[in-house]
Amino acid sequence: MPVIEWLLLIFLIVCAFAVSVAKNLLNSVIIFMSYSLIMAVIWILLQAPDLAITEAAVGAGVTSILFFLALRRVGQLEHKKEDEK
Amino acid sequence: MFAKLLTNHYEAVAVILAGIGLTNLLLQKNLIKKIIGLNIMDTAIYLFLAAKGWVSGRAAPILIEGEKGWIMDVNNYVNPVPSGLVLTGIVVGVSVTAFALALTLKLYEYYGTLNIDEALLKMTQEQEVHEAEIMNEEQEDIL
Amino acid sequence: MREDIKDLLNKFFNWIIGNGPRPENEILPPEPPPDLPFTRRNSGRKSRFHEASINERYNEWVELHGLHIFSSLYTWMSVLTCLVIILLLLITVTELPPFGDEHNPANNEVVLRYIKTGARETGAKNIVAGMILDYRAFDTFGESAVLFTAAVSVLMLLGASRRNRTCEKNIFKFGITSKSFLQRGPPLRVHIYRQDDMILRGIASISIPTILVMGCAIIINGHLTPGGGFSGGAVLSTALILAANAYGFDHVHYFFNERTFIFSSSGSLIIYALAKGYSFFTGANHIPSGIPTGTIGNILSGGLILPLNICVGIVVAGTLYSFYALFSEGDI
Repeated sequence: MPVIEWLLLIFLIVCAFAVSVAKNLLNSVIIFMSYSLIMAVIWILLQAPDLAITEAAVGAGVTSILFFLALRRVGQLEHKKEDEK
Repeated sequence: MFAKLLTNHYEAVAVILAGIGLTNLLLQKNLIKKIIGLNIMDTAIYLFLAAKGWVSGRAAPILIEGEKGWIMDVNNYVNPVPSGLVLTGIVVGVSVTAFALALTLKLYEYYGTLNIDEALLKMTQEQEVHEAEIMNEEQEDIL
Repeated sequence: MREDIKDLLNKFFNWIIGNGPRPENEILPPEPPPDLPFTRRNSGRKSRFHEASINERYNEWVELHGLHIFSSLYTWMSVLTCLVIILLLLITVTELPPFGDEHNPANNEVVLRYIKTGARETGAKNIVAGMILDYRAFDTFGESAVLFTAAVSVLMLLGASRRNRTCEKNIFKFGITSKSFLQRGPPLRVHIYRQDDMILRGIASISIPTILVMGCAIIINGHLTPGGGFSGGAVLSTALILAANAYGFDHVHYFFNERTFIFSSSGSLIIYALAKGYSFFTGANHIPSGIPTGTIGNILSGGLILPLNICVGIVVAGTLYSFYALFSEGDI
């Protein structure tokens, strides 16, 4: 069990670092989504199921959707396609 | 000292995450990345709080049915107070994120960029143009 | 006529400034030599101990290098600040009591009271739900109000573009652009869904009722199992978002529009405030208030926790869905 804990915690730090390093905004939002999911698992390990449900629904779901929508509205999602054309 | 960090690993990770979030807030020029950094700081503080409430070998704070009815003994459950506090924080964090994103969209609509430096540059240029216009108008009034 | 007046005024001002007609026998001072770049530099170097020239050189230097130096200095200083903060906090973490110990100062008499008597006083099996909706209900009320306020402010910010858009809606079907009166930069893209995705519709027709039932179950069982108003409301809002994706926003408008959102959310907040106000006036510290707490473990137990959970769930579901609708279309 401690091994899983350590793995999750290291994954958190790696995710948080990768968010700031990633050049593409879409990538960083997807990494942030996985960060939230890992956080939900950690809250199960910390015996806080209320937080886990809320984080999985709100943090990983709704927040990421809001980020995606904002990216689409500023035209960041179609950027790559235009370059290829 | 390092052994103490290993026993308090959740708190240590929370502190490091808060530092990374703060660095994001200070260094990133892109507004959306700044907002993600704010979210990371949020979650780091929730992690710290939740870790303070955990007690080893105890169950989640939902009553368990024992042989003599519901067990209401402190020695069976972890601390419920941080869970309540963090639950409030998560939902408020979402509303803050949504509001910040809406402001960012408005800024993009006005200046056409997500980069805070470019937006500031355009703002100063616009101000100079505006001042020059005002000066011209005053001179024309005089003439 | 106007030209004449302007000419006259020009002459008048020239006279005031001193550019008027000169006397013929006036002795003019010799003109300064033309300002060549090299000569200017040399003269500056000669009189470098004068204050003005030092100032000029300083300003020139700042204009050339200042921004670059400032940005690199800012980067390094902020990295240094963050590292110092992390280091200080890590040193503080080493001073903290050990993780997971039951004698930590965080596990004090408040926790003792919540666990020992919380279930009996509030009637909730889930101690966290009993805590946030009974002992600390004002906190949750303020939080719901914050959510509602955020939704209304996002509506103010992003919903303003729709008034200009409605007339264009019939002209362009896809990739429509919103034009607001403040706009300078490129337009925000507003994407209207093609509403004929068979796979999405088929899956949505099965999964939307499931998600709705699950969200309602999470809300109604909030005082028995983990969950409650916040998570259940978020699940309900995902069902609405799926419906909007599969069938289009016009379909969702039939049963959820701006009026419904405002009325349901503010109505829920008012019901919450009234219920909690009654409970606070009649017996805040669990003096008998006439509200039965029921037996622990039943659905109908926990006094006011179940209706308050439903109120919070309605507010959260409406708010999160309206965030989605405002961000994607600019309209609830």
